[in-house]
Amino acid sequence: MRGSPFPKEVSEALRDAVVGVAGLGGMGSHVATALARTGIGHLVIADFDVVDGSNLFRQCYTPSDVGRPKAEAMRERLLEIEPDLDVVAVDARIGPDNACDVFRGCGIVCEAFDAPDQKAMLVEALLSGDGSVTVVSCSGMAGDGSSNSIVTSRPMRRLYVCGDGTSDASEGFGLTAARVMVCAGHAANMAVRLVLGHDKP
Amino acid sequence: MRITVNGVCTDVPEGTTAEGLVEIVGMDPSRVAVEVDGDICPRARRGETVLKEGQTVEIVGFVGGG
Repeated sequence: MRGSPFPKEVSEALRDAVVGVAGLGGMGSHVATALARTGIGHLVIADFDVVDGSNLFRQCYTPSDVGRPKAEAMRERLLEIEPDLDVVAVDARIGPDNACDVFRGCGIVCEAFDAPDQKAMLVEALLSGDGSVTVVSCSGMAGDGSSNSIVTSRPMRRLYVCGDGTSDASEGFGLTAARVMVCAGHAANMAVRLVLGHDKP
Repeated sequence: MRITVNGVCTDVPEGTTAEGLVEIVGMDPSRVAVEVDGDICPRARRGETVLKEGQTVEIVGFVGGG
């Protein structure tokens, strides 16, 4: 295993953490990568989709991944980064009926779905559970707006939202790797902060 | 009656439900998560959740992209 660059208590807290990533597109693939590199010990990653050639502009995959399930391709990539990572890959659609089961044991789940109704559904499902999960969600990272308009907020006690809140991927410009990664950095950093005991956005 | 919606003190008619409030504020009900006094109010229960004077409601809307 590579050595941790952090003090012992920090690397142990990161190693003991169990974090979920729901959706492995532009946001989720970069969130999962950042969490693995930071030293989070246990990840549950989920997506029902397969890697498409058009995803390579923005998502953390390579041409050899095209046609493979995102969950499987991402699991392999994460293990290349950190061979000791415990990563559970779920190749399935996540809905209100299975969300709590899939992410059981995760103290934090990063919501990284694409469709706004699916985001709201997942947040609702996870926060309706046994009260043990904090959700780090994302809303508004499309277009060519300033990086500085992307913020992390905490609208509910167990919900953090990263993004500019307004720029919708379905309107006009679409999504760039650069701006999506700004937002993914916000989400991954909030997850790390929560693991380390910080609850301020 | 007065309730707090997303941090702002707001007057709504007596008997307003969580579902009705989402309509009043003009948000798409399929794209929001609603919390009443710190507890999530799932969409299946919004219509039967009658709000009371002094309650605090948080409505979080989502836009597409991820």
